Amino acid sequence: MEKQKYLDDLREIKSIMDRSSRFISLSGMSGIVAGCLGLLGAYIAYETVYSGQDYLGYRQAILSSKNISQLLTIATVLLLSAVGAGLFFTQRKAAKNNQKLWDGQARRLLINLFIPLAAGGILCVILLFKGLIGLLAPLTLLFYGLALVNASKYTLSEVRSLGLMQIALGLLACQFIGYGLLFWAVGFGLLHIIYGVMMHVKYGS
Amino acid sequence: MKELLKDLDKAFENKIRLGIMSALMVNDALDFNSLKSLLDVTDGNLATHLKSLETSTYISVKKEFIERKPNTRYMATAEGKEAFIKHIKAIEQLLN
Repeated sequence: MEKQKYLDDLREIKSIMDRSSRFISLSGMSGIVAGCLGLLGAYIAYETVYSGQDYLGYRQAILSSKNISQLLTIATVLLLSAVGAGLFFTQRKAAKNNQKLWDGQARRLLINLFIPLAAGGILCVILLFKGLIGLLAPLTLLFYGLALVNASKYTLSEVRSLGLMQIALGLLACQFIGYGLLFWAVGFGLLHIIYGVMMHVKYGS
Repeated sequence: MKELLKDLDKAFENKIRLGIMSALMVNDALDFNSLKSLLDVTDGNLATHLKSLETSTYISVKKEFIERKPNTRYMATAEGKEAFIKHIKAIEQLLN
């Protein structure tokens, strides 16, 4: 009898420590917006690389240096908008929950997210300059997935499964290099939207 | 058995006080509302237990203003952390 009470106490202590040290204000809406922007980005990128080619004939991705700088601009603009929207919706949710956007939990979350992300980003820039462009889509997915898995310890546990799916997708994309853009659209677009809707339904926004 | 029981801290017999200390062990500081939503208790109940922990100098209190609204932050003191660890160790011994 007595033992059970103390076992319950220990369980309770662990649960409180977990809940109070995780960042839980992550908004589902930000996932949905990021996903839509991802799809839009994939579409614009598709139009850019395959522009001016016959739909029926055999098409080839054209990556001139002009195209590449155009793609990088699109990517930067969309990334910034996605981060901006994410901050906006998360801030709104945090305010509703009487929590601060920037606290120890948020800091731990971001640091752990950015370690794999920065490593992957730098690697991709190096590969880009070496002309290994085909590897960019798979590797961005792979490193993004690793970053999510790493950060998931400090936030909602669903982020972990999202990360695992991105890793699987990244590896698949590595095998089918020519379909990079398609995998990219599924990972950054579709998966974000599905995840966002799930989070929105489960936790509200 | 008696030896073991003496290490159990009366201050942590209560579930809410135990909860407050658990949260403050893994966070540098928490405000009233975070504790309230974390532990799912009423204002009055939480205030009573915070006061009691403050009286036994297991937690310290810092009052400040954020955007002109009063905000009270609670931190575990070194003494409180030590007492908490001792309490957990006593529980572990009991269970062994």
